[in-house]
Amino acid sequence: MPDPRFKVLTSASTSGPGDAGRTGSWRVERPIIDYSRCTPARTGKPSCHLCWLYCPDNVVSKSIEPTIDLEYCKGCGICAEECPVNAIAMVAEEEFPAGGKNEP
Amino acid sequence: MTSPAKTTVLGLTDEELIHPGNRACTGCGLSVLYRIGLKALGRDCIFVVPPSCLTVMQGLYPISATQMPVLNGTFASTAAIATGVRAAMKRRGKKTQVVAWAGDGGTSDIGIQALSGALERNEDIIYICYDNEAYMNTGVQRSGTTPRGGLTTTTPYTGKQEQSKNVPEIVAAHNPAYVATCSASFPLDFHDKLLRAKEIKGLKYLHIQTPCPPGWGCDERMTIEIGRMAVECGLFDLYEIIDGTKRLSEPSERLLNKKQLRPLQDYLALQTRFAALTEEQVAGMQKRIDERWKCYREALKEEGQ
Repeated sequence: MPDPRFKVLTSASTSGPGDAGRTGSWRVERPIIDYSRCTPARTGKPSCHLCWLYCPDNVVSKSIEPTIDLEYCKGCGICAEECPVNAIAMVAEEEFPAGGKNEP
Repeated sequence: MTSPAKTTVLGLTDEELIHPGNRACTGCGLSVLYRIGLKALGRDCIFVVPPSCLTVMQGLYPISATQMPVLNGTFASTAAIATGVRAAMKRRGKKTQVVAWAGDGGTSDIGIQALSGALERNEDIIYICYDNEAYMNTGVQRSGTTPRGGLTTTTPYTGKQEQSKNVPEIVAAHNPAYVATCSASFPLDFHDKLLRAKEIKGLKYLHIQTPCPPGWGCDERMTIEIGRMAVECGLFDLYEIIDGTKRLSEPSERLLNKKQLRPLQDYLALQTRFAALTEEQVAGMQKRIDERWKCYREALKEEGQ
C-alpha cells in the first residue's frame, strides 16, 4: 500500500499547446505563403510538404494549401529557407496592423 | 544486408505528439528532431531525460508540451535510470520502449559513466544523444564535444584549444547492437534509423548533430541548412554500425562519388562561434577531413575488388 501522502504531493501537468504562452509574439518576421507558387497548392495534389517536415514548432499544416498557425509560429524562417520553389516570404511584423489580416 | 524501406515525407504520419507554443528557442534543431523522432517511436514509450534543452522544451507545470510520459533524472544517471525503468517494464511484462534522450554534456561529460555501464550490460534501451556541441541550455559553456576553435562563454577569446571527443566511436568500442549518427537536417534519415533501432534488442545508440542558432551564432532560418552543410563538407559523417559493420548512410554515401567535397570554409563562415579560427587552423581541419574521406574511398575500392 503506497503512502497516501504521496498522492497529495503528486501533481500532473496537462498536455496542451502554449506552454510558453502565445509564442507568436516572439515573431519578428511573418511567413506568407504564395499559393500560386507552392507545389501542392498549384497542382492540387499532396506533394512536397517540406515546410511541414522541417517546421520545429509544428505550426505548418500538412494540407494541399499549407496554412501556418500564427498564434504559435515563432517566425524562425526555416520554412522560407527550405521551400524548394521559394513560395514563402518572410515579411517584417510591423507591416501588419495589430490583429490584422495576412496582408501588408 | 537488405536496404531498409525509406520513409518519404508523404508517408510520414500526421499524428503530432508535441504541441506548438513550447519553450524551445526560435529555429531550434532539437525541436525538429524531437517532433519527427516521436513519430517514429510512437506512443508506447517512456522517456528518461536529464537536465538539458529537452527538459525545458517538454514543458513546465501546469502545461506540458509533450504527450509522452517523461522521467526527469539527474545529469549523471540517465542510462542508469533508463535501465531501472526497463527492468520495471520487464517485471510487468510490458514491451514499452525506454528511450534515454540526453544532450552532449549529459552524454559525453557527466553521464558517460552510466552510459558505459549500460552499454557493458547491453540493456535493452534506446539512447539518443543530441549533440549541439556545448552546454546550450545553461548558456553556451564548453563541453566535451565542442569542436576545437569553437567560441563559448567559457572559451571566449581563442576558442576551445582541445580536440573534441568522438562519442559515437567511444560507444562503438563497447560493441553494442546498434550505433548510428544522424543530423537534424536529415529528419527522415533519423526517422528510419529509429525504426530500425526499435527492432533490435540490446542498447541502441544514436548520436545526432543538432544545430543551435543562439549557441552557434547563426541565423535562425539557417538551422537546417547548416546541418546539411556539415554533412556535405564531410565534417560530420552519417553512418550506422550494425553488429560491428560500419556503413555510411545515404546522405554521406553519395559524397563518395564526388571528386571534391564542399569546402569547410562555407560551413564555418555561417557561424560566429568560429570567428577566432586562423587560416592555418581551417586548412588543418580541411586536410584532416580530406584524409578521412580518402580512407573511406580506398576502403570502398578494396571492398569492390
